[in-house]
Amino acid sequence: MATSTTAPDADRREPRAGSPAREAPRRPRGPRRSLLPYLLLAPAIVLELAIHVIPMVVGVWMSLLELTQFHIRDWSTAPFVGLENYRATLDLNSAAGKELLHSFWVTLVYSVLSVGFAWLLGISAAVVLQRPFRGRAILRALFLTPYALPVYTAVITWSFLLQRDTGLVNHVLVDQLGLLNDRPFWLIGDNSFWSLLVVSVWRNWPFAFLCLMAGLQNVPGELYEAAAIDGAGFWRRLRSVTLPMLRPVNLVLLLVLFLWTFNDFNTPYVLFGGSAPEQADLISIHIYRSSFKTWDFGSGSAMSVALLLFLLVVSAAYLLITNRRRDDHA
Amino acid sequence: MRETAGERWGRRIVLTLLTLFVVIPLYVMVTSAAKPLQDVQNGFTWWPSRPTLQPFVDMWSTVPLARYLVNSLVVSSVAAVCSVAVAIFAAFAVSRYRFRGRGVFSVTVLSTQMFPGILFLLPLFLIYVNLGNATGIELYASRTGLVITYLTFSLPFSIWMLVGYFDSIPRGLDEAAQVDGAGPLRILFRVILPAAVPGVVAVTVYAFMTAWGEVLFASVMTDEGSRTLAVGLQGYSTQFNVYWNQIMAASLVVSIPVVAGFLALQRYFVAGLTAGAVK
Repeated sequence: MATSTTAPDADRREPRAGSPAREAPRRPRGPRRSLLPYLLLAPAIVLELAIHVIPMVVGVWMSLLELTQFHIRDWSTAPFVGLENYRATLDLNSAAGKELLHSFWVTLVYSVLSVGFAWLLGISAAVVLQRPFRGRAILRALFLTPYALPVYTAVITWSFLLQRDTGLVNHVLVDQLGLLNDRPFWLIGDNSFWSLLVVSVWRNWPFAFLCLMAGLQNVPGELYEAAAIDGAGFWRRLRSVTLPMLRPVNLVLLLVLFLWTFNDFNTPYVLFGGSAPEQADLISIHIYRSSFKTWDFGSGSAMSVALLLFLLVVSAAYLLITNRRRDDHA
Repeated sequence: MRETAGERWGRRIVLTLLTLFVVIPLYVMVTSAAKPLQDVQNGFTWWPSRPTLQPFVDMWSTVPLARYLVNSLVVSSVAAVCSVAVAIFAAFAVSRYRFRGRGVFSVTVLSTQMFPGILFLLPLFLIYVNLGNATGIELYASRTGLVITYLTFSLPFSIWMLVGYFDSIPRGLDEAAQVDGAGPLRILFRVILPAAVPGVVAVTVYAFMTAWGEVLFASVMTDEGSRTLAVGLQGYSTQFNVYWNQIMAASLVVSIPVVAGFLALQRYFVAGLTAGAVK
């Protein structure tokens, strides 16, 4: 089934007997009718083609050209060089190749940690806010606020907190608690990676919270009642009721979060002002900087295409593995 | 089902830690916006030495904030309205018709959402520049170019959420209207849309927020005249002085509308996520 590649659960929600909304859509009759869906889709298709599909094809083509600063104003003059850009940028013995590989590892570790913590905070909040109590609505709104903020205001605020001399973090750690003697730099050097991670978790965990909260609303209360009667404690209920019921949500959520953080440009760009330290040199920033510093768009496109291929392989493998495991359980 | 004492304390601890984590940066944003300049140039203080609203006045002249604000407002509003209009028709087709290519369309549109933005940036930059040179249509460094780009960014998710909403509206209503002689567009505008108003509003806010917060394309595709807030706010810190109090004041002003909109409609986002494929 074609839809199962992006939405593993699409097939689950199709059949639901007795609900009028879920009947199969009526089949159009006559030639005029059968054109209508395409007419309705036309604007969306044109835009998707213009802004996503065509640029992607152009990007692949660009990666095969020697598209340096001399040819950017008129790309028809750029000479065709085949796979030369790929050879040059992905050559792990060259300086550029080593930097790219380093950036790739930084991004991978960053994504795994960021998604892991975001999910952990999201599930904690969703579970403790599951049952109603006074003030729950306020806390829920508060927890969603970091995600609702425009990303640049959130990250700018964090960069203020992390300033060496005027920031809150050093004020608390050094002046108030006395945990450290020297004022560390948080936005350059080794610490910059951890700063980036904290900011990214702060910003992303509410999205996990929102999705998991939506997922928990579909868990019937009787399941918990039954588990409690059977003597199941908190952890047992979490493991045997909550997590299995959230599995469909988690499958999509983890993949989406991973792809978003792996492609993250905004957080490091705003936090470090466009010149990310090497310890926090995420792949999007790396490609951006090397493209606009040298104006070598050919190499930049080659790196982007390689990045896309990597993400496609990872996503496909993830969907294959999770689908197979689901079939085993079924 | 009773809550045990352990669970109650566990809940309180988790909620306290999460609240602190979320609130501290927000607290700093709000209080620092009310600080005089010397408070943010020396060591950090938890409370302004002399609370003042001066940063909210000065922020307009340090950088051309009003121009950035107008640019962001125009670009985001136009992109949001166009995106939702396009998404409504597409979602209607996907929800109510079976046609060849329906699955391919849904999958392709959704997967573009997952691709790295940097992949589109270089080709689009080149296309906009070369198109401008060849035909005189100014898309590079213009608000039109940004609008077209941003409206496409929010389109996949908007279509997805609206399909979920439209699917939840009973088909019996369509059929009743059809018996009365209503055509497809009449069904869409008179039957489906009125029932899906919350969804449409939520999707509009989402599209607005997407455009309002976009940084990558704004940093490349704008010049001084078309600059949006996403890039403009960085102007405060490239000066000789870093006006942190004004930055916080400006951040607060540009955040409040979208945060308020999102929080007011959060119920519908949850409903949309539930109605969509995440379920």
